[in-house]
Amino acid sequence: MTPQLTAKPGRAPAHTATVRAKEPGGATARNRKRWSVRKRRDFFVFLALALPNLALIAVFTYLPLINNIYYSTLNWTLGSASATVVGLDNYVTFFTSPDAGKVLGTTAIFTIATVGGSMVLGLLVALALNSKVHGTTFARAAVFAPYVLSGVGVGLVWLFIFDPGYGVLSWLLRGLGQQSPQWINDPQLSLLMVIIVYVWKNLGYCAVVFLAGLQSLPKDVMEAAALDGAGNTRRFLSISLPLLSPTTFFLLITSMISSLQAFDLIRIMTPLGNGTSTLIYESYLQAFGAYNRAGYSAAISVVLFVILLIITVLQLRFVERKVHYS
Amino acid sequence: MTAPTAPAAPPRAFSRANLAATLAGGYLPLLIAVLVVFLPLLWMVLSSFKQPGEIVTLDLKLLPEALNPDNYKVAMTAVPFGQFFLNSTIVTVVGAGIKVLLAILTAYALVFVRFPFRNVIFVLILVALMVPPQVSILPNYILIAGMGGKNTLWGIILPGLGTAFGTFLLRQHFLTLPGSILEAAEIDGAGHWRRLWQVVAPVSLPSIATVALVTVVSEWNEYIWPLIITDKPESMTLPVGLTLLQNSESNGAGWGIMMAGAVLVILPILVVFAMLQRYIVAGLTQGSVTG
Repeated sequence: MTPQLTAKPGRAPAHTATVRAKEPGGATARNRKRWSVRKRRDFFVFLALALPNLALIAVFTYLPLINNIYYSTLNWTLGSASATVVGLDNYVTFFTSPDAGKVLGTTAIFTIATVGGSMVLGLLVALALNSKVHGTTFARAAVFAPYVLSGVGVGLVWLFIFDPGYGVLSWLLRGLGQQSPQWINDPQLSLLMVIIVYVWKNLGYCAVVFLAGLQSLPKDVMEAAALDGAGNTRRFLSISLPLLSPTTFFLLITSMISSLQAFDLIRIMTPLGNGTSTLIYESYLQAFGAYNRAGYSAAISVVLFVILLIITVLQLRFVERKVHYS
Repeated sequence: MTAPTAPAAPPRAFSRANLAATLAGGYLPLLIAVLVVFLPLLWMVLSSFKQPGEIVTLDLKLLPEALNPDNYKVAMTAVPFGQFFLNSTIVTVVGAGIKVLLAILTAYALVFVRFPFRNVIFVLILVALMVPPQVSILPNYILIAGMGGKNTLWGIILPGLGTAFGTFLLRQHFLTLPGSILEAAEIDGAGHWRRLWQVVAPVSLPSIATVALVTVVSEWNEYIWPLIITDKPESMTLPVGLTLLQNSESNGAGWGIMMAGAVLVILPILVVFAMLQRYIVAGLTQGSVTG
């Protein structure tokens, strides 16, 4: 990269000289006119370059937000040509039905368990990666790998591992004299299973972000504490952990946002959503599962969106403060 | 890239106590972490070569009796896997190609072309980055299905083409380029088009590669949208097709076939990741933008 950077300006000055040589005779008026022509041309160049992308974002990201709110006020079966406006009925139905407690509860448990699990294990892995031994580069890549793999493929692999009949886990449990639990049929175990796999897939992301945080900690403070006789644990608890708090908060927010949107693993491991129906999955099931309840599904999506919006605003306010302090 | 099991070479003084401590404190946790990641994937590959009789058995067999590609053949015939693979490849190449191009063009315009409200536009892109695609599924389904895009590849590709992530990442990079290289090109008489492709793009190749790789990975793995917009095998992508395979092979004997399917969807990305992980990790962990 560096050779290119120096090569370009090096070539340029010769041309600069010839252009400058012609310039002095030009009147200021003509310059100003040329300037505004340039400005107008820039206007159209900008549109030509940016408009396709901006139009796509407008149509497929912003417009759906508005449409979703509108659909949520309809009593509407997906695929049917007629729909009636029912105001807030869908929201009332959702929040007064027993579904609401179940779905919101499942969402809360899934989010807290996956965020907590990925962050705690991620931090432990980050500490291991931060030690001065060989092979940390390889290990860092290895633990990150599941994060980029297809959720569908990963879900199938783990479904096989959890299989009560022929899975590795049931074999291990049999070796210990235990029966394998019915992971699929029991709603609570289904949720636990999906949480475990989600944490396996995502903890590498937390580990790599935590590692970057650990490596940016001031070394002189650590050395001073070591000279004062503070042990590893003490240094970690009293220095590393407090100084890592911006990283921790960042991960907390981003992990919450992605957990609330988790879909692939839930769909492939527990298609019926028995015990695993979070807001996003319930919204999918209502519209595209058995029921075709488009208006109701849209209302659940809006509830999810509002929750995500609140988290995002929290994050933005925090980022502002962080920028201010640094 | 030494294997984590390599004999310890302690960074400081070498003694027997030190060696034991390094092994226990440094290598053991790393080894466990790597094994927890690799064993399930290794199990997937091994099982994909096992015959039903080797899987439907109470005493576990670690290694397949032979490297028998039968499961792959069955997977290909039970569902049109070749078609899924082709569809996924087309969606990934075309989708990612257009997205990266749009990201380059938009980021260049945002940084180097004068325009009123440029910052307002940038903020709108930033906000779009935070809008979860999952909440747009139903409206986009109605829009695309209404346009006749159901069960078509363009129907799969189109709604995801607008790119806030790539635009954001490249804009941040373009802002760091020294102004002098562009001034030189400008005085040289080069228009925006030539400045973009002959100056800005060549010096930004690492950033463009990062955006391209992250985009390729997410297009290949994309599941919820193709799942909703396709219900005929001819237009399904690999992850959606795997769901179909799961439905047709959901008995104990089908695990080997399903693992073969899982290998086909996981392996291409794993290979790309193994070769270019530095760019992918950097792209995915950059700032608040996560895939």
